[in-house]
Amino acid sequence: MATIGTNEFKAGLKLMLDGEPCNILENEFVKPGKGQAFSRVRLRKLISNKVLEKTFKSNETFETADVMDVELAYLYSDGEFWHFMNNDTFEQIAADSKAIGDNLKWLVENNLCTITLWNGIPITVSPPNFVELEIVQTDPGLKGDTAGTGGKPATLTTGAVVRVPLFVQQGEIVKVDTRSGEYVSRAQK
Amino acid sequence: MSLATQWQPSAKLDVLRQRALIIKKIRQFFAERDVMEVDTPTLCHASVTDLNLRAFSCRFDDPLSPVVTQLYLQTSPEFAMKRLLCAGSGAIYQLSKAFRNEEAGRLHNPEFTMLEWYRPDYDHFMLMDEVETLACAILGTANAGRLTYQQAFIQHLQFDPLLEDMASLKRLCESRGYTELALAETDPDILLNLLFSQHIEPAISQHQPCFVYDFPASQAALARLNPNNPLVAERFELYYRGVELANGFHELSDASEQRRRFEQDNKKRHQVGLPTIAVDEFFLAALESGLPPCAGVAVGVDRLIMLALDCQHISQVLAFGYANA
Repeated sequence: MATIGTNEFKAGLKLMLDGEPCNILENEFVKPGKGQAFSRVRLRKLISNKVLEKTFKSNETFETADVMDVELAYLYSDGEFWHFMNNDTFEQIAADSKAIGDNLKWLVENNLCTITLWNGIPITVSPPNFVELEIVQTDPGLKGDTAGTGGKPATLTTGAVVRVPLFVQQGEIVKVDTRSGEYVSRAQK
Repeated sequence: MSLATQWQPSAKLDVLRQRALIIKKIRQFFAERDVMEVDTPTLCHASVTDLNLRAFSCRFDDPLSPVVTQLYLQTSPEFAMKRLLCAGSGAIYQLSKAFRNEEAGRLHNPEFTMLEWYRPDYDHFMLMDEVETLACAILGTANAGRLTYQQAFIQHLQFDPLLEDMASLKRLCESRGYTELALAETDPDILLNLLFSQHIEPAISQHQPCFVYDFPASQAALARLNPNNPLVAERFELYYRGVELANGFHELSDASEQRRRFEQDNKKRHQVGLPTIAVDEFFLAALESGLPPCAGVAVGVDRLIMLALDCQHISQVLAFGYANA
């Protein structure tokens, strides 16, 4: 793997830290007039997803991390792995439950997901920002109700539970923002 | 960005007008006090040995000699100005360009404007008062605070930088999230500098400028040691809103002590794999002939203007930042 110095630090650069690939979010040059120069860096650990601040001496060197994002379509799960396919090359790749994490509840067949690969192996799977899912269970709401009364919980086909307005009924398809887990609207017919 | 926009100044024209007024104020300040303006070379035969400064060097092809000489762009006009003092100039000031390689960022431009002045018969306390008068007039602040380096550390990090040992310094660094850095470090001054710049500078200078003085003897640079307390040097710095604005000394005038410090620097340079720098023999010869007792200070003019005009990046007060210089 390539070695880089702090002078190559910039937002988006991927490097290895404590055996974990990290993404640099921000880099600031710090130097007292009479003193050592430092790089103060904000970075995201790509497996634990933690954001942290680190300070390095300017002459330190690092290993770059072989990290790339690819857009793949979700196919199916065999219970142990979740399988994705590149729609151009038809190449398939399997992600384990650690990579899927909490996003399991937003996986919809054929949806394009962003898969982050480290040394060719998926480490995170990000669903599209919006998904459309059918409500499999919710209490009947009151007729004539409009949004804004706090709503009611609804269970979707993937097991995700979101709050929906009272007028939305079981069997309907709803659009959900996967980043916040919030109901957006009824799906456009 | 295309050249159609890149050719334009990195500072707004109104900022450049304000900048010109501030420079005028500075010249007026020294004219009123009868301090002579001087203009010393930025291109010289020697440079600084300081481990943390990188001078630009270039090759001079002399039309009158077959010998090719290496010349350095000055990181500050300090040596030349002290040679003038040794020659009997009396109080002098200079507004000049200084050059430092390997420095760029929000507060750093590789070429910048420095205001440096020297006051015979002043000590660092008298000079701090004068710096305060000038800086507060430009920044529009009432006055400046004063703390010793030791007080600043004890107040903000509950740590005595002069008396505690390396093991407790490392523990402090670990508790502040610098574990890896602290474990690998053998030089206490690097860790002290880091803690100082990240946790003390911003804390002491938010509401008014603040002087810090009596730096540890190991960070004396070109200051004399305090005769009553050899643990500290008669050096001061000025900070405002977390920005380092000035560095001053009650000047070291002992030529053999100065030579020893240069040689010590070069020894350390050799140890860490940096090129050694030929010591400035003109400067040392001048010291040997006698530097009058004096105090001197260097102020980062671009930073002073940034703070006076509330700019976030140094290039916003430069006609052209280095990126489109």
